[in-house]
Amino acid sequence: MTHVQESTKTSVPESTGTGVRGSTLLRHLAVGVVAVVVVLLLSTVLDPYRNLQLTNVAYLVCAAAGLSVLTGLSGQISLGQGALMAVGAYVTALLLQDGGWPLPLVLIIAVVVTALVGVLVGAAAARLRGPYLAGATLAFAIGLPALADYRGLASTLGGQNGLVVLSPAPPEWLAEVSFDRWQLGISTIAAAITLVLLGNLVHSRFGRCWRAVRDDEVAAQLAGLPVARLQIVAFVVSAACAGLGGALLAFVNGLAAPGAFPLTLSLQLLAAVVLGGLGTLPGAVYGSFLLVFLPTWSASLATRLDLSRDIYANLPLAVYGAVLVLVMLAFPSGVQGGISRLIRRIR
Amino acid sequence: MLRFLNLTLGGIGTGVVYAAVALALVLIWRSTRIVNFAQGGMMMISTFVAWSVIDWTGSYWLGLAAALFAGLILGAVVERLVIRPVENAPPLNAVIVTLGLLVFLQAMAGMIWGGEPRSFPPAFGIVGFKLGDTRLLFSPSDLFAVLAVMVVMVLLGLVFQRTAIGLQMRAAAFAPEIARVLGVRVGRTLTLGWALAAVVGALAGVLVAPGSFVSPNAFDAILVFGFTAAVLGGLDSPAGAVVGGLILGLLLSYLAGYAGSDVVTLGALAILVSVLLIRPNGLFAGSRGRQI
Repeated sequence: MTHVQESTKTSVPESTGTGVRGSTLLRHLAVGVVAVVVVLLLSTVLDPYRNLQLTNVAYLVCAAAGLSVLTGLSGQISLGQGALMAVGAYVTALLLQDGGWPLPLVLIIAVVVTALVGVLVGAAAARLRGPYLAGATLAFAIGLPALADYRGLASTLGGQNGLVVLSPAPPEWLAEVSFDRWQLGISTIAAAITLVLLGNLVHSRFGRCWRAVRDDEVAAQLAGLPVARLQIVAFVVSAACAGLGGALLAFVNGLAAPGAFPLTLSLQLLAAVVLGGLGTLPGAVYGSFLLVFLPTWSASLATRLDLSRDIYANLPLAVYGAVLVLVMLAFPSGVQGGISRLIRRIR
Repeated sequence: MLRFLNLTLGGIGTGVVYAAVALALVLIWRSTRIVNFAQGGMMMISTFVAWSVIDWTGSYWLGLAAALFAGLILGAVVERLVIRPVENAPPLNAVIVTLGLLVFLQAMAGMIWGGEPRSFPPAFGIVGFKLGDTRLLFSPSDLFAVLAVMVVMVLLGLVFQRTAIGLQMRAAAFAPEIARVLGVRVGRTLTLGWALAAVVGALAGVLVAPGSFVSPNAFDAILVFGFTAAVLGGLDSPAGAVVGGLILGLLLSYLAGYAGSDVVTLGALAILVSVLLIRPNGLFAGSRGRQI
């Protein structure tokens, strides 16, 4: 129905040729493995604070990439990604409370549960368009965190204070690895797996069908595509990504609380993918870097210019807002769209 | 019985505010086919302006006037600067722009007024009227809110139905091309429409502020309630928005009274989703063909 980008097709590399370049899966796997190795090597020289920042980037990448695929490819907007992250975080917190569960299994269960919530939301969302969908997911983002306070659930979910997450320590054969590097490793591997899987999905039948639905829903329906089912699948995929992001957030920060998932989080994710370029996975990565490093830059700028706390605490938000407005007005294909255009011109 | 009466009165008191927010959204939707998600932010800014004026002068009425004036200017500026370029773009672009504006306005308010919630004075007393020897949960301030919103609605109705500019605004919304050919300055009427909608939003902000405090994101939930009310009434009809606001106010008041106030936002979500799925054109809409 709607397409925000000028053209997505041009940003998709042609998958012709031979060898590694020929197989999309192999190429993406290779890039993913290299990226993980580079980050893990980097983590040995960076200080713990930088490692924590990279860890934050990694879990935001999971959620942002899912949103980028949903909005950029399937043409559905969701302001509920923050609330879906909360679902993943709370599932993780509840499972880790008992202890004994292996971390990968916990993460997988968190993803599955969030995906199931995504089925519910997606089934409703598939019947809504544009502003209606935005409004409904907005209500979801504001309504869901309030559940933590609900009388029947407050004792399980910990109310406003949330749940403390007992982050599992690294296994014995990794005993000499510091905790921040262990968290970074897990988060990076999870983000890489997410990106590789999404990358393949984008190039698959599903990706092509989503683009067809986004560009012209009626034409897609006439061509025999099951529009509603495709939109639900897109929602479930993005919910699963958000669930993984939330699960990692809980694992890294050691806390799952309603205050960690305000509406602003959902809007920040949207700003990240809009800036990076809707529908592009590298764009989701730049956007997530911006979300993590902008507050740091703004704080250091503020100390240099001697600004008050109110100013620098809100500076990142002002930038996200301005980014959303200006990118939409001036260059709707985002940073990645600009880079793709530049590469094409050089070629 | 008294409890039911109190919940009903409380529902009407909050319902008129939701109706005003819904009306602001509907006015903009009718003229530009955009749902103004920045409405919550614009309300919040004009309410903060009122708070500052009341803080300096001590006069509630000067504050209210300042809020309405701030809303008027803000609505016009927003339309000219950021909405005009996306008016004919795909709907998703406008959604993202208004959301960006919401975030931007919240950040600006945080920079100017800080993040801590400020208490806002009510217009009149907040002690309920007496019925016999029981106190009702309906105070002079609630009565003022109901009357103020009703006056605004009547005034808006008069402007739209009885004045030349109102006729031009309806024409511009109904058929912009033909209106333009007939000499209506369509761009100018759209700016005016946004300004009027922002004034209604500003009024709603000042009326709701005493109960909810004022802070940069205090009105997020009010925006959701206003959107729900507008959808209940069908997004296209100002009268529907008013009725939708009252229905929503009553439903949420009963929900809060009988099931607990924690579930109010979830209740609004449930109402919104069921209306969207069952009667997407609102409770009062006739059937309409699907446009291809």
